[in-house]
Amino acid sequence: MATTLADDLRPLHHPHSWVTKYVWSQDHKVIAIQYSCTAIGIGLVALVLSALMRLQLGFPGAFPAIQPDNYLQFVSMHGMIMVVYLLTALLLGGFGNYLIPLMIGARDMVFPFVNMLSFWFYLLSVIVLVAGFFVPGGPTGAGWTLYPPQAISEGTPGHQWGIVTMLVSLAIFVAAFTMGGLNYVTTVLQARTRGMTLMRMPLSVWGIFTASVMGLLAFPALFVAAIMMLFDHLAGTSFFMPTMQSMGAITPTQGGSPLLFQHLFWFFGHPEVYIVALPAFGIVSDLISVHARRNIFGYRMMVWAIVIIGALSFLVWAHHMYVSGMNPYFGFFFATSTLIIAIPTAIKVYNWLLTLWRGDIHLRVPMLFAIAFIFTFIHGGLSGLFLGNVSVDVPLSDTFFVVAHFHMVMGVSPVLVIFGAIYHWYPKIFGRMWNETLGKLHFWITFLGVYAIFLPMHYLGILGVPRRYYALGETAFIPQSVHLANAWISIAALVVFCAQGLFFFNMIWSLFRGPRADPNPWGAASLEWLTPDTPPAHGNWGPHLPVVYRWAYDYSVPGAARDFIPQTEPQVEQRA
Amino acid sequence: MPVAVAIAMLVVGSVAFHLFSPWWRTPIASNWGSIDSALDVTLWICGAAFVGLNLFLAWALVKYRHRPGHRAHYEPENPSLERRLTFWTAIGIAGMLAPGLAAWGKYVSVPKEATVIEAVGQQWQWSFRYPGPDGVLGAAGVKYITPDNGLGLDPLDPFGRDDILVESGDLHLPVGKPVKIVLRSKDVLHDFYVPEFRAKMDLVPGIVTYFWLTPTKTGTFDILCAELCGTGHHAMRGKVVVETPQAFAQWQAQQSSFGQILAEAPPAAMSILLIKANACIVPASWSIR
Amino acid sequence: MTILARLTEKSWEPGPQPVERDRPSAGAVGMVAYFGVAMVMFSLLLAAYLMRMGLHAGTEHVHDWKPMPDPPLLWINTLVLAASSVAWEVARRERAVRAAIVGSALGVLFLGGQLLLWRHYQGAGYTLSSNPANAFFYLLTALHGLHIIGGLFAAGRALAAANMRNVALCALYWHFLLIVWLVLAALLLST
Repeated sequence: MATTLADDLRPLHHPHSWVTKYVWSQDHKVIAIQYSCTAIGIGLVALVLSALMRLQLGFPGAFPAIQPDNYLQFVSMHGMIMVVYLLTALLLGGFGNYLIPLMIGARDMVFPFVNMLSFWFYLLSVIVLVAGFFVPGGPTGAGWTLYPPQAISEGTPGHQWGIVTMLVSLAIFVAAFTMGGLNYVTTVLQARTRGMTLMRMPLSVWGIFTASVMGLLAFPALFVAAIMMLFDHLAGTSFFMPTMQSMGAITPTQGGSPLLFQHLFWFFGHPEVYIVALPAFGIVSDLISVHARRNIFGYRMMVWAIVIIGALSFLVWAHHMYVSGMNPYFGFFFATSTLIIAIPTAIKVYNWLLTLWRGDIHLRVPMLFAIAFIFTFIHGGLSGLFLGNVSVDVPLSDTFFVVAHFHMVMGVSPVLVIFGAIYHWYPKIFGRMWNETLGKLHFWITFLGVYAIFLPMHYLGILGVPRRYYALGETAFIPQSVHLANAWISIAALVVFCAQGLFFFNMIWSLFRGPRADPNPWGAASLEWLTPDTPPAHGNWGPHLPVVYRWAYDYSVPGAARDFIPQTEPQVEQRA
Repeated sequence: MPVAVAIAMLVVGSVAFHLFSPWWRTPIASNWGSIDSALDVTLWICGAAFVGLNLFLAWALVKYRHRPGHRAHYEPENPSLERRLTFWTAIGIAGMLAPGLAAWGKYVSVPKEATVIEAVGQQWQWSFRYPGPDGVLGAAGVKYITPDNGLGLDPLDPFGRDDILVESGDLHLPVGKPVKIVLRSKDVLHDFYVPEFRAKMDLVPGIVTYFWLTPTKTGTFDILCAELCGTGHHAMRGKVVVETPQAFAQWQAQQSSFGQILAEAPPAAMSILLIKANACIVPASWSIR
Repeated sequence: MTILARLTEKSWEPGPQPVERDRPSAGAVGMVAYFGVAMVMFSLLLAAYLMRMGLHAGTEHVHDWKPMPDPPLLWINTLVLAASSVAWEVARRERAVRAAIVGSALGVLFLGGQLLLWRHYQGAGYTLSSNPANAFFYLLTALHGLHIIGGLFAAGRALAAANMRNVALCALYWHFLLIVWLVLAALLLST
């Protein structure tokens, strides 16, 4: 086992064959790519599911193969895959793995073997999850929230086997995440190179670090909830199962509390939103700063806001449960804490805007995605205030307003950041440049398309159209125009769906045919662009670790020759 | 440049969409106007922030786009500006939180004079129960359910005998009278949701939940289920008829009470019913009651 | 430097010359982080335990929570785990491999005792599904036992490599599990 200090003498696990280099790899960069490809692969499954859902909603009855059971299964699997297996895994397992050691000047994660194990556990969890499609009865259709009792009782698709594969897969995922998360946290605390103080780290690292800490503290809630539900389902215990009627008979379970599950689930579920959002916040800060050639405005405030949001997010979980039947007086506390969390979030938005203000904005493809993120995040963040503001949530909860809100804020926004980040770091990761025209085309269709999808959904929600409905049927308050809106949304969704082909084509084609990339094509100041090799070689830094003399945001410093100063450039004493 | 124009157009387009959208709240039919006003306040504050921030974004993109020779301004932070922004944000937040909490305060305090009416959910239909002349709902529970006692009333509870049962029929409410709707589920989670009433609440098996409202408009409205409850979730419909107190009294007089249903039940069904009851409670003789 | 000073550093201003600082080992940092994870997990289960126990007030809830008896074996196992922790502490301070082996052996003995406890309860009719109190008991002890098994595995590796630094970490881990067990045992005994 390696010694643990991040010094030059640290022995690395050196691969000897193709298999140890690319399959059983302990190199954080290879693991990052393994994580990313797996996450994007399973994400594509979820994307197809969403297209199927939209086909049913937009053109009810036109696809007889989609029955109510199928529809609910699509909804459930789409939600769970996107939130956990795509966004969490890609932002932390993918970007976290790739960026942390490079950005803090380490040779690798501090526990490379555990890091490798983390990926293989993750892959196993994905395989178990996919197995749910092939078990009798199909995958679970209980919604991604998996609320008992319906998740494990008659009347819900997949209540026999689908739910078991889902819960087992989640438990394995939590184990995988814990191994990864311990690595990310310890690496940030432990393996920063000389001169890399906490406040000299790029915001990407801060976002990923805080999200990892939160994940470590939030995922146990999902883990115990999953285990307890497995006990209820397979061993006949009554943690969550009350006395109820099922198939015309009274169940032997008694006294269990469905609300207990909801508390556990949302104690995980709300921090989970920020586990996805904070890395995106961090990464987008760096994209904006680099491409606006300006230091991130109010860096310290940005760091504090990340930490405060992370801490507060453990105190707001029950705002998902205003009408769940919990003690209604909790509503006062959770509404207040929820709206307070909007303040540090708003500060982050202001600082992004103020970073652009008086900048020197280069509208390259990664920057376009970052700007689109600001727009969609403002929209999604503000619609969240409606839902957090307890009494306003009452008419809106479980309507399409909720669907529109969370897709805007934690679906579209992080995904736009992920696209921006892939375009931004692709030249470093693969040493090739992608095609700009295709990139811009991909951007425009995606950005305008998602807004066309989710803006009208807010209004359907305000009208009162409920979510998770297979068909709206004959309902007095739903006019014919709603069906037109649904058809429109479905068409927009299918266009966006197809446009992603541009992205994949661009990425794969450029891998082989793209022009060789400059080691630092954007003129960025942070460490990952200063590696001796592009793509970075095993061990990242050649014979000597970099030494850091300044923060990651010295852009357009007055008097400097270039408009950026790399972090490794020594300070001239007594800067004016 | 195109992206700045696009952002500005999206802002204008969103506002126009808001103004001309054919989809907005249904006409309200209950006393929860305070919820609507809280939503309006939230909308105005958030709308202003949305327009302001995004137009600022578009403007910054135009004004500081890259031009040869142009260089960005170096300014690590500006604490006083950030403090002012924090302060005004907090004011805006407080401005929308206050009406929200005030409306919630009303939502959680049920007026004393409210009539209690029970809605019972099961996969995938609604049933209802009125307290009858004594004004009290009798004890009930899933364990008492038999084919002839679908709502699971405790046959030994005298308060339950005059309860009026409406199984798979419409819910009738008198206009202008506050009602406390208590909610009970026989199987999984459901949610009693009438868009025109604004109010909603989950039904949780094992506990009794509630909310209250005063219907203010006569008419017939749809009851939907707003908590995923399985395959038939979308088809779990009911109707609520809000009518004048006279019409309501007339309708109520035609409904049958639990006592009448018991009286009409065949003896065999009766004994099953009693066995259920006795299985769970210290045996008590039927005749004494 | 305090954490507050570190987090308020104005990092755009020229800082002191970069130096290599003394840092705790990655193993120690990682383990403390894991203590956080395990602590949250057990705390949530305790909260769930208390919430589930307090549910009698609900209208339809019968008094379904039947506390379990406290057999002497529970006390004996607690003592065995405490003794194991003491042995590990000796191993840590004296850098004594033999004490570490004794500590591991006592850990195995504790696991055996827990299995006996399970069988004892099973024999007395306190099965998993018969009562939520039992379900919580089996769940909590199983999760705690899995942590002990993981610790034994790590201890085996540390001892095989004669890595005294990792032995010291194992000792800390054992103390942590002892504390968790004491809290769990107190909960089981008091309810």
